[in-house]
Amino acid sequence: MDIGDAGKPDAGRRRDFAPWNDPAARALVRFKGVTKRFSGITAVDDVSLDIHTREFFALLGPSGCGKTTLLRLLAGFETPDAGRILLDGEDLADMPPHRRPVNMMFQSYALFPHLSVAGNVAFGLKQEGLVREEISARVAEMLALVRLDGMGSRKPYQLSGGQRQRVALARALVKRPKVFLLDEPLAALDKKLRQDTQFELMELQEKLDVTFVIVTHDQEEAMTVADRIAVMDHGRLVQVATPPEIYEQPNSRWVAQFVGDVNLIEGRVVASTPGEMLIEAKAGGRLKVASVSGLSAGDAVCIALRPEKLRIEPVKAGSRGGDNSFEGKVWDIGYLGDVSIYKVRLDNGLVMQAAVANMTRMVERPIGWNDRVTLTFAPQAGVVLTR
Amino acid sequence: MKRGLSIFNVASLALGLAFLYLPIVILVIFSFNASRLVTVWGGWSTRWYAELLHDAAMLDAAWVSLRLALLSATTATILGTLAALALTRVARFRGRLLFSAMVYAPLVMPEVISGLALLLLFVAAEFDRGFWTTAVAHTTLTMCFVAIIVQSRLIGFDRSLEEAAMDLGCPPLRTFFTITLPLIAPAIASGWMLAFALSLDDLVIASFTTGPGATTLPIRIYSEVRLGVKPEINAICTIMIAAVTVAVIIASLLSKRRIAASAGEGTPGAAI
Repeated sequence: MDIGDAGKPDAGRRRDFAPWNDPAARALVRFKGVTKRFSGITAVDDVSLDIHTREFFALLGPSGCGKTTLLRLLAGFETPDAGRILLDGEDLADMPPHRRPVNMMFQSYALFPHLSVAGNVAFGLKQEGLVREEISARVAEMLALVRLDGMGSRKPYQLSGGQRQRVALARALVKRPKVFLLDEPLAALDKKLRQDTQFELMELQEKLDVTFVIVTHDQEEAMTVADRIAVMDHGRLVQVATPPEIYEQPNSRWVAQFVGDVNLIEGRVVASTPGEMLIEAKAGGRLKVASVSGLSAGDAVCIALRPEKLRIEPVKAGSRGGDNSFEGKVWDIGYLGDVSIYKVRLDNGLVMQAAVANMTRMVERPIGWNDRVTLTFAPQAGVVLTR
Repeated sequence: MKRGLSIFNVASLALGLAFLYLPIVILVIFSFNASRLVTVWGGWSTRWYAELLHDAAMLDAAWVSLRLALLSATTATILGTLAALALTRVARFRGRLLFSAMVYAPLVMPEVISGLALLLLFVAAEFDRGFWTTAVAHTTLTMCFVAIIVQSRLIGFDRSLEEAAMDLGCPPLRTFFTITLPLIAPAIASGWMLAFALSLDDLVIASFTTGPGATTLPIRIYSEVRLGVKPEINAICTIMIAAVTVAVIIASLLSKRRIAASAGEGTPGAAI
């Protein structure tokens, strides 16, 4: 593995990277019906999951959903109550943490305070019994990769938060693990640094060709870095898919609400044709959406609409609300700089949220508080949810 | 935070300190008294320190006390550390509460009772009382202090450090010696110092458990004082105060450094 001269990774490789769609592909990590309970509480509930070689995989969920437990099961700090975990086809059940070819970056970084930066990074290599020259060469190479050259003799407490985070990265990656586990790696960094580091992590992953599994509660972070995301809730996997699929085609109300902002409109199917489906909203009004197979008239559904897919316009005199068009009054405006969020109270009582990109430089906006507005959306914009 | 001290604060502080330290200061001053009469000041002198060097019985007792303190502090540190590890690390075992209560019992037990109980034990077991029985007694007395100090360090110990070591390929036992032990070493050292000081100045338990040929320094001093206070006593007491003070200061410096180090861990970029 040549780390130093890998250069800019081939952008095309990522585009075609989808081993999870290939039935012949052999998964690197396989969770098979894994369950873990802590004194009566089921932290991980019958999880089956495949993670592929070179994948950047994210476990996403609210705190307490079992994502960290899943990671710790893979690292060997917890033993499953049921199910099996396979790494490269090998059952990990009887393998203690120190023999597993996986390395973890801890949320607290867990840097050894009594060792220098170089001592921390060298720690894992010393355990392998490598010769001194190889250890120092690999430590130097790794420190250069995370831009910490010349910091080797410092102690962890002499470093900034961002530097410590990179020491923790280097310490785990220098072992060249088969799977690199990251437990909320960026939670302690401020927003700007966190965003920069996300891109660095992606670049690092491509350079080193290592499989990354990251645990995070931050959906933006998961969307940015990951090839695929597993959304977890109450110990169960709710949806496992690529970031665009998770966002544009959530499989349940819960996922739609957890990942990004969404307007949910409860309703019932009125008519279904191969092209379009007509839905009667509970609060009143009709919606036209792209049809979904397996639904017939009378079925209860929920339409999910992302705020940025709604069009907001001042009400034109004489126009009449048709399908996918709702009138209401602007109730609140949130100006975020790049976008503005309009909360609109519809005449049927629902509150909808529309996001508008501020593409032109304008201090005064055409739409203000209490203005009458029309919200419209294309039939393809609505996602039909049944769960 | 409130700045400065009011007159009331200063007065109460001065009174408190005087109450605690005035007798000791007087004793130290009189150890440098040239006069043979303990209560009459006869000018500065170090003659009683010189005379101590010729007092074979006193030197002998000092030697016994020193060996006793070294031995019992070391044993108590090992046992106390193990007890602290068991109390913080071993997942709930049966009788854990009882065990932790029992470890702390000697802290609040009147020394007379501990001493008497040990005496009865040694008599019943037909041990010859002397140096070794006193060493055992001091170990049981000081062990709980070590356990408390080490336990408080272990409670604040970030377990993920050990997990990180194991994750990096370090087996559990080696993890203990390369990661855990160096990080709790300051607490262990300060526990040892405290145990040493406690053993060095114990009178009650030693007088119950010792026997002929193993007279400790406090016992020796006490028996001499009953015949009247001699200036040499002031001198030996001053030396003991100095020894205990040094031990306690080192112990507190060690725990201070530990706190400073962990505070440094908590503030990113503290030293940049």
